[in-house]
Amino acid sequence: MHIVVCIKQVPDSAQIRVHPVTNTIMRQGVPAIVNPYDLFALEEALRLKDRHGGRVTVLTMGPPQAEDALRKCLTFGADEAILVTDRAFAGADTLATSYALAAAIRNIDRDAAVDLVFTGKQTIDGDTAQVGPGIAKRLDLQLLTYVSRVEQVDIAQRRLRVQRRAEGGVQVLETRLPCLITMLEGTNEMRFASMDNMFRAARCAVRIWDREAAGISDVSKIGLKGSPTVVSKVFAPQARARRAELIEAEGDAPRDLALTLINKLFTRNPKLRDAIVAQPS
Amino acid sequence: MSEPGTPARKGKGKYELDERLQSYKGVWVFVEHERGAVHPVSWELIGEGRKLADQLGVPLSGVVLGAPGLPTRRFCEEAFFHGADHCYLIEDAVLANYRNEPFTRGLTSLVETFKPEILLLGATTQGRDLAGSVATTLKTGLTADCTGLAIDPENRGLAASRPTFGGSLLCTILTLNYRPQMATVRPRVMAMPDRDASRRGTITEHPLGMIETDIVTKVLEYIPDNRQDTPQLPFADIIVAGGRGLKKPENFQLVWDLAMVLGAEVGASRPVVQAGWVEADRQVGQSGKTVRPKLYIAAGISGAVQHRVGMEGADVIVAINNDAGAPIFDFATYGIVGNAMTLLPALTEAFRQHIAMARVAS
Amino acid sequence: MAEKFDAIVVGAGPSGNAAAYTLARGGLKVLQIERGEYPGSKNVQGAILYADALERIIPDFREDAPLERHVIEQRMWMLDDSSYIGTHYRSADFDQPPYNRYTIIRAEFDKWFARKVRQAGALLITETTVRDLLLDGERVIGVQTDREGGAIYADVVVLADGVNSLLARKAGFRPELNPADVALAVKEIHFLPTETIEARFNLSGDAGVVIEMFGKITQGMMGTGFLYTNKESLTIGVGCMLSDFKSQKMTPSQLLENMKSHPSIAPLIAGGEMKEYAAHLIPEGGYNAVPKIAGEGWVIVGDSGMFVNAVHREGSNLAMTSGRLAAETLLELAQARLPYTARNLARYRRKLDESFVMKDLKKYRRLPSVFHRNPQFFTAYPELLSQAAQTLLRVDGEDKKSKERAIRRSFVARRSRFGLLGDAFKMWRAFE
Ligand SMILES: Cc1cc2nc3c(=O)[nH]c(=O)nc-3n(C[C@H](O)[C@H](O)[C@H](O)COP(=O)(O)OP(=O)(O)OC[C@H]3O[C@@H](n4cnc5c(N)ncnc54)[C@H](O)[C@@H]3O)c2cc1C
Ligand SMILES: Cc1cc2nc3c(=O)[nH]c(=O)nc-3n(C[C@H](O)[C@H](O)[C@H](O)COP(=O)(O)OP(=O)(O)OC[C@H]3O[C@@H](n4cnc5c(N)ncnc54)[C@H](O)[C@@H]3O)c2cc1C
Ligand SMILES: Nc1ncnc2c1ncn2[C@@H]1O[C@H](COP(=O)(O)O)[C@@H](O)[C@H]1O
Repeated sequence: MHIVVCIKQVPDSAQIRVHPVTNTIMRQGVPAIVNPYDLFALEEALRLKDRHGGRVTVLTMGPPQAEDALRKCLTFGADEAILVTDRAFAGADTLATSYALAAAIRNIDRDAAVDLVFTGKQTIDGDTAQVGPGIAKRLDLQLLTYVSRVEQVDIAQRRLRVQRRAEGGVQVLETRLPCLITMLEGTNEMRFASMDNMFRAARCAVRIWDREAAGISDVSKIGLKGSPTVVSKVFAPQARARRAELIEAEGDAPRDLALTLINKLFTRNPKLRDAIVAQPS
Repeated sequence: MSEPGTPARKGKGKYELDERLQSYKGVWVFVEHERGAVHPVSWELIGEGRKLADQLGVPLSGVVLGAPGLPTRRFCEEAFFHGADHCYLIEDAVLANYRNEPFTRGLTSLVETFKPEILLLGATTQGRDLAGSVATTLKTGLTADCTGLAIDPENRGLAASRPTFGGSLLCTILTLNYRPQMATVRPRVMAMPDRDASRRGTITEHPLGMIETDIVTKVLEYIPDNRQDTPQLPFADIIVAGGRGLKKPENFQLVWDLAMVLGAEVGASRPVVQAGWVEADRQVGQSGKTVRPKLYIAAGISGAVQHRVGMEGADVIVAINNDAGAPIFDFATYGIVGNAMTLLPALTEAFRQHIAMARVAS
Repeated sequence: MAEKFDAIVVGAGPSGNAAAYTLARGGLKVLQIERGEYPGSKNVQGAILYADALERIIPDFREDAPLERHVIEQRMWMLDDSSYIGTHYRSADFDQPPYNRYTIIRAEFDKWFARKVRQAGALLITETTVRDLLLDGERVIGVQTDREGGAIYADVVVLADGVNSLLARKAGFRPELNPADVALAVKEIHFLPTETIEARFNLSGDAGVVIEMFGKITQGMMGTGFLYTNKESLTIGVGCMLSDFKSQKMTPSQLLENMKSHPSIAPLIAGGEMKEYAAHLIPEGGYNAVPKIAGEGWVIVGDSGMFVNAVHREGSNLAMTSGRLAAETLLELAQARLPYTARNLARYRRKLDESFVMKDLKKYRRLPSVFHRNPQFFTAYPELLSQAAQTLLRVDGEDKKSKERAIRRSFVARRSRFGLLGDAFKMWRAFE
């Protein structure tokens, strides 16, 4: 079985800083990591490989440094890594990103037929959860989003059964290969790489594709040009004018503070009081 | 979205919409349903869509896809009650359960036929699954997880705002020379509009043109969540939430105690969830749930922007924090500066007494 | 089958990178193992980079190394509770390329250096900790890592694992650290917009300022503070002898907090967003603390060998130089087909002795103990000096001559005339 996993290198959003005046992002010193959601996709792919054999190719579109993220994926046991990188991709939104990734997957497929594509649920920088569905549509693959478990793969019959998180429940879906799965978080735990895999990853050459190598001829579909959405403004969340009314009580005894609060709260919001009192105890 | 760090120049100022796109008119809201019930986010979006439609002077339509036998017409009616003028309805047996393929086909075909300028969906698992597929099929722009929608006065386009870069900033995104302009919005971000059962509207039916054998993916089973086990945070009227200021997992019991007395749901900030004190379903905020309770009590929560965006829609916010400078006091309704470990039990006791007395009195 | 290499370098700090780079360029099959997520991810330094040591390894490093600012101004501040007195030396000469000193951010710099090492042909494995040295009798034959299948063999192991060097201690190559020989330093990075930094420090372009501080900020302990300008951030930190922290029951973070609120320092860092708080040891035992640095199949380089010049706050350059010299020794032996025995490796120590590394350490060998026995250098003098300055500079109607007399009296009152003379002599001897 040949599985492609799409991963993205993202800035560790917990460490992002914003320039107080210009509201631009200060990137210096912000470490780049593999999008955490994508690791669940990768681990699931590796488990399928462990069970059914085959190979796992990791794919990313990004700047040259994104090679680090791919190499990290190789240490966990991915067999091959492809970095699609070209200045022409800059400024891509999700539509343009899925175009480029779909083209690259088509290219990979030409070498060795792809049975399954994985993406993460979403990225922590874009947060859109759109790229996975986008790739599936462009490649005309069956789309399975928010998958929490791959229950069964029948390679001979080319069938696959998964559990998918739906609103208010779990769907059990069956589909045909090839298909695209976006993997839900918290569904598995990434393995600890062996020394052999560390060596293999360190030695493995990441394949670097520019626009042409990725099989993209139409530049109007990629980068800023191929992106219907544009950011017109970046701004800081508005500071609210309303500051909390501080509850004070003689001596600040917890009991007195509590009573003062309840008094204020219920006098000004009688409906709230009624609702609380009316609910079954 | 393109890199929000540097606003693209082509986003600024006026632009002339292509002639072929000028025929796209009207605001649409996808009405999402599962197991016979409409997801409330759809009504919230009808409420928001109404404002956009009025501003543009165009009709607002709901879009309902479902199988015969499902109360799809009632859904249309409800859409009217919440503010829609019109509904597009596709009824077909293959639409019995949500599946990507037939729903994408149906919605795409409606858009291609009737050409709306704006299409809104809930940012739910269903809405996101569908929105991404439809946008790619139509080759148009889609802005995910918006927190604000407005009409750009300069070009009558949809200006969709959403958090970016870990939530520390917001950005406004335009979809220029593409139609429809699509956006998803999370449940509870927009207010629920008033329901007016006297409102009426019209329905346009449309064929799907697919048969079951065309569709590759089959739904074998649907296992509903056990409602008792899963917190219904987004729709709770009262929420008591605790944060890292509670210091120890044992102290979180104080939050449960108060919630019990108030008949409230329990929420938490991210560090508390990450430390495993409570389930992930209880996280309030940007990467958790958005809530809109009547009362939100936050104990030992600093009020970081990522938490705030999930709960500032509450009618009343009570903050308990021992640091008078904590950002939560900048937007809470009432604040108590003090130790949560003593204040929570005091509140629990005081509420208990108050409620008991009120019940005796009535 | 376990892999076999010509050399294994443990650690990807400046010393390990210098060694691995030189070895790989010399044609050896080199494995470098680093426990951090990436080289530099956990490494702590002020950090000033001295160009010379790196230039001898990578002559054209300026072309792509992540350098923050080249230093054009050096300030030396002696602080009391509310003021400082000091010197500022700024020279247009320092603003002429090739620059001599740069501020760097180690996380970026180490990553860059490691990339060069990889390009030179060495194999780098990160997120992997060497737990033990593999021994055959006396001879080191490889390392044991924490991963499955983690035993790896090599003809020689270069220990570049930093000041703690657990490995050297475990193997008995190096004694336990003496708290009087190591300083504990803490530092923070405060992010500020470039324009703010340039305005506050009167800078433009890539020019930078460094401030070295001593006096009451260390609260009677032996140590110094520092503040360096980077492109978009300031690095601020303070370090004191570990033994002093222990006896004063003071925590380094407390010390740094106090220092940051000093009226001369607070305005410089105001409004910054703090990221990256880190604590690290610095080997400051000097010449006398340098352990045995080579044996059967092993050499020690960098902080692990205690090569730090505390007086001039130089460490990374000694680390790189020792790494390079060790590697050159190994290459010479390899070329001559001589085994890596303790005897043959003694050449490394000789090379070091002839270099500035040991010469400088030797020059200041008395300094640590002089400062140690004479805390007045860090307590009484800063206060006296700044009082003196204030007395002189305050215009209050008193004539200057009486002011000078008062100053002299205040010095003698705190420290006897002999004490003053003795201190001067001690300092002269120690620096000589
Ligand atoms: C991409 C991203 C997404 C995020 N998503 C979310 C999210 O969805 N939800 C979320 O909550 N966070 C989220 N965060 C994290 C968020 O930035 C904050 O770190 C988090 O909300 C802080 O949680 P806290 O207030 O419980 O803890 P802290 O910030 O540590 O605050 C604890 C508070 O308790 C107070 N306190 C201490 N002791 C006491 C006492 N005895 N009595 C009363 N008060 C006391 C302190 O003064 C302090 O204000 C996200 C961050 C990022 C980068
Ligand atoms: C606060 C501070 C300020 C300083 N300022 C300056 C300055 O301005 N200028 C200057 O020149 N010097 C300065 N120094 C000194 C300088 O940082 C050191 O001398 C230099 O980093 C030593 O380099 P090294 O390669 O020997 O060790 P390190 O940089 O400590 O590198 C050791 C590496 O080995 C790795 N490692 C350790 N054990 C293992 C193991 N078992 N397995 C695998 N990997 C391992 C570590 O992760 C680390 O990457 C400063 C030091 C400090 C603490
Ligand atoms: N540039 C990219 N390269 C590779 N995969 C990507 C890229 N962007 C997004 N993805 C994949 O698509 C998923 C959803 O991303 P997003 O739509 O940005 O939330 C991610 O979890 C990745 O698996």
